[in-house]
Amino acid sequence: MGKELFNPGEKDALDRVDGRQKVTGAAKYSAEYQLPNLAYGVLVSSSIAKGTIKSIDTKAAERAPGVVGVISHVNSIKVPGFADNEHPTEPPTGGRPLRAFYDNRVYFNGQPVAIVVADTLERAQYGASLVKVAYVKEQHTTDFNANTGKAVLPAQAKKNPKSSLNDYDRGQPDGYKTAPVKIEAEYHHPSEMHNPMELQSITAVWEADDKLTVYDKVQGTKPTQRAFATEWKIPVENVKVISKFVGGAFGNGLHNWPHETAAIIAAKQLKRPVKVAITREQMFTMVGYRPQTHQKIGIGATPDGKLVGITHESVGQTSTYEEFTESVLQQTRMMYTSPNLSTRYRLLPLDVSTPIWMRGPGEATGAFALESAMDELAHVLNIDPIEFRLKNYTEKDPDNNLPWSTKYLKECYQMGAERIGWNKRRMQPGTLKEGDWLVGYGMGVGTFGAHRGGATVRAKLHADGRLVMQCAVTDIGPGTGTAMVQIASTTLGIEPSQIVFELGHSDYPMFGNQGGSSTVNSVGSAVQAACNSLKQKLKDLASAKNASLTTADPKNISIKNGQLTITDNSLNVALADFFKQNNLQEMEVTEESKPGQEANKYSKYSFSVHFAEVHVHPKTGQVRVKKVVTGADAGTIISWKTAANQMIGGVTGGIGMALQEDAFMDHRFGRYVTKDFAEYHVPVHADVPHIDVFFVDKPDYIVDPIGTKGLGEIAIIGVAPAIANAIFNATGKRIRELPITADKLI
Amino acid sequence: MAEKKACSLPGDQASSNESRRDFLKQSSLLTAFAITPGVVVKAAESKWDEGIAASLEKMPLKLEINGVKQSLQVEPRVTLLDLLREQLALTGTKKGCDYGQCGACTVHVDGQRVLSCLTLAVMAEGKKVTTIEGLATGEQLHPMQAAFIKHDGFQCGYCTPGQIMSAVACIKEGHANSEAEIREFMSGNICRCGAYPNIVDAIMEVKQGGQQI
Repeated sequence: MGKELFNPGEKDALDRVDGRQKVTGAAKYSAEYQLPNLAYGVLVSSSIAKGTIKSIDTKAAERAPGVVGVISHVNSIKVPGFADNEHPTEPPTGGRPLRAFYDNRVYFNGQPVAIVVADTLERAQYGASLVKVAYVKEQHTTDFNANTGKAVLPAQAKKNPKSSLNDYDRGQPDGYKTAPVKIEAEYHHPSEMHNPMELQSITAVWEADDKLTVYDKVQGTKPTQRAFATEWKIPVENVKVISKFVGGAFGNGLHNWPHETAAIIAAKQLKRPVKVAITREQMFTMVGYRPQTHQKIGIGATPDGKLVGITHESVGQTSTYEEFTESVLQQTRMMYTSPNLSTRYRLLPLDVSTPIWMRGPGEATGAFALESAMDELAHVLNIDPIEFRLKNYTEKDPDNNLPWSTKYLKECYQMGAERIGWNKRRMQPGTLKEGDWLVGYGMGVGTFGAHRGGATVRAKLHADGRLVMQCAVTDIGPGTGTAMVQIASTTLGIEPSQIVFELGHSDYPMFGNQGGSSTVNSVGSAVQAACNSLKQKLKDLASAKNASLTTADPKNISIKNGQLTITDNSLNVALADFFKQNNLQEMEVTEESKPGQEANKYSKYSFSVHFAEVHVHPKTGQVRVKKVVTGADAGTIISWKTAANQMIGGVTGGIGMALQEDAFMDHRFGRYVTKDFAEYHVPVHADVPHIDVFFVDKPDYIVDPIGTKGLGEIAIIGVAPAIANAIFNATGKRIRELPITADKLI
Repeated sequence: MAEKKACSLPGDQASSNESRRDFLKQSSLLTAFAITPGVVVKAAESKWDEGIAASLEKMPLKLEINGVKQSLQVEPRVTLLDLLREQLALTGTKKGCDYGQCGACTVHVDGQRVLSCLTLAVMAEGKKVTTIEGLATGEQLHPMQAAFIKHDGFQCGYCTPGQIMSAVACIKEGHANSEAEIREFMSGNICRCGAYPNIVDAIMEVKQGGQQI
């Protein structure tokens, strides 16, 4: 099982099944559907951070050529669900999402306050420039650093004593203070923007008064369907959500945003399809971000490197109207043996837009502080950072005393250290040079819960041996379709070229959001279940006519080149003939797969280790990441090519987090100064070196029957501290505030 | 068209745009008046003046896109990118920023890589434009397209058309002689999924393969 079953090996890995569409321009994203009578919506956004709208002058815009409507809170039709108290959309945060054009309140700078709709994009853009909004300003608070003392325990924690967001103590509170060797340090990172390359877009069409179709950029078609059905109080099945291709999302498609509702309002009010693609500038305020976070760590150990205690406190940012929380402190609770452990999580609501999970979400934030602090303490103890981690290695989860479902982190340390050439690292920082450049090595660890949810897959086997599967899941880039085709091919024997996996439509069978590294665990298990169900049906039919096949093991049924074979009883028949004999046109099954109770007896996590070699110029402070080795214990690797690409992408995101990304706000206006790629830097080709990926590739059948644990998040969690630690090793300078720009090193 | 050009100075502010528009409306109505007064009355009643002005605001544009000659009428403010995506349904060319900062909109104009979001459509008059849809020869993928698939030079696929158009030009320009040089000359094309090393591998392979590109 495991490797033999699902991993054809690096050499034989499948090419991405939608690759041809992506390289020829045939892949259609949500703003690319040609619809009759389509109109274009352009959003007007607020220029103050807090207050009310006094008046909106839309006359000039309404008169402008081609403009068919200008909608604001003044004239917007009522969205029925807006009046409800209940929270209408995913995710289950506190408060409620911003209601587009609901009233005259302004909660943040850049909030959509009107939409101008015209028959062409240019005319809508010009019309939007003519809308004049007058405000009554109120004093806003957007400065995080100046207000961290006002942070509070999240309402979600107050409501639910079992919430992991509550204060947590294991052993003695602040027990690290009793340790013979201890350090205390504070870490900060600014808000970071997901900034996928595709701008957030939606095309909304009311097919009838109570029937809505949206081509929308989301990470879940079903959750979006449910959200819009609730908002408009129409039957769920009357809402169609189509997201065939998603041009990156990294978490910002896990929530429904005001631009989506604005387009739907406009389409209903103007009785024609409306497309809204927000601008890059609007991507900074309208669709979430990784919240800036201030963390404090106190950590102590015995002189020989046994941890005595860790206290980890985190303050994150949220909006005033919606409470967003994330799991910043979980890695600290479970990664190392520490008899004393305390965590405190607080939130600071500000007059800004709501954050949303960004790749490796809170865990990546927390790992930056934890893995930096581990490196700092290792340095003080004069112990190799890997050795220090091994001395505090957990053989079971210290958070809940459960055994690990699987954990191959030691293997990751060993494989990674060999590949990066860890033996070249000097214990004394600033002592290794190459020409003018200082050379340093650093490492960081990442972990993320191996989550699995329910998923349903429909599979239809055709007489010619083709298999077509369907599931509502989206593919934001990881290669979901490719992995599913691989699983089906391995399970049934059918060649990958004869398998189609259709996704991205709410009419297909159930799956929730593509997020939290749970897609392959969940949907992959359902694909396997559907394929096994087909096998069982084939066997039942075969044994009805031939009793000797009754004992056949369904495992030994396969379909290849249109030929059905049951090996242990030597049935070998053309599938077309077999179908004809049984009066079948095709064979269809729909199977749901969900986790059982057994899994609750274990603690289930994926693990990653990242090693970085950096060169730092001592005079200019320029940092070059020269090499990265990244490895994962993520269970079985289904699709080698796309999985390796995920790791590469996570490292690239981590390089941005460590060295570049900084959403900078001018607090006089509560407005971002960085609002495009000229000011908000993300890694480009020249910033990213060769990245060496390895996988432990051992199955975890506790998490799911295909042995996977999840990959997308751990690819980035722990990367930023690996780079920060390498910079310390190169220079002796410990930078605790991201991004580590040249000015901080000279 | 003479009066149109006289009034269509670059950098016109909104107010002068308004006056230009009024002028267009008046002049078109005056022309109509010369034909027959009845038309003017009817035109005014039906707001034909807006329609006439709108049609006069468009400029004729002749260009070749993916080997197909196009004869179009476009507003001078329409970018080549929006012309391709919104008017010609050639959505393979992507909009990622609209500021020339991300490279997703890269196309070839007369064989050079060009950011179509920073190019007004009318600037392509008489030129040959190649988009991602025009790169393959029938069913036969361009070697760069095939190499991107082989090396998995993408994830979500949104920056991919721009990366491929840039990659082809990068080799043609003679800027693909080493991995470092490719990284430098491809840095105008952002891939947020982070498939950069695979993209570099794909370009290196095509360069070393020496196929006709």
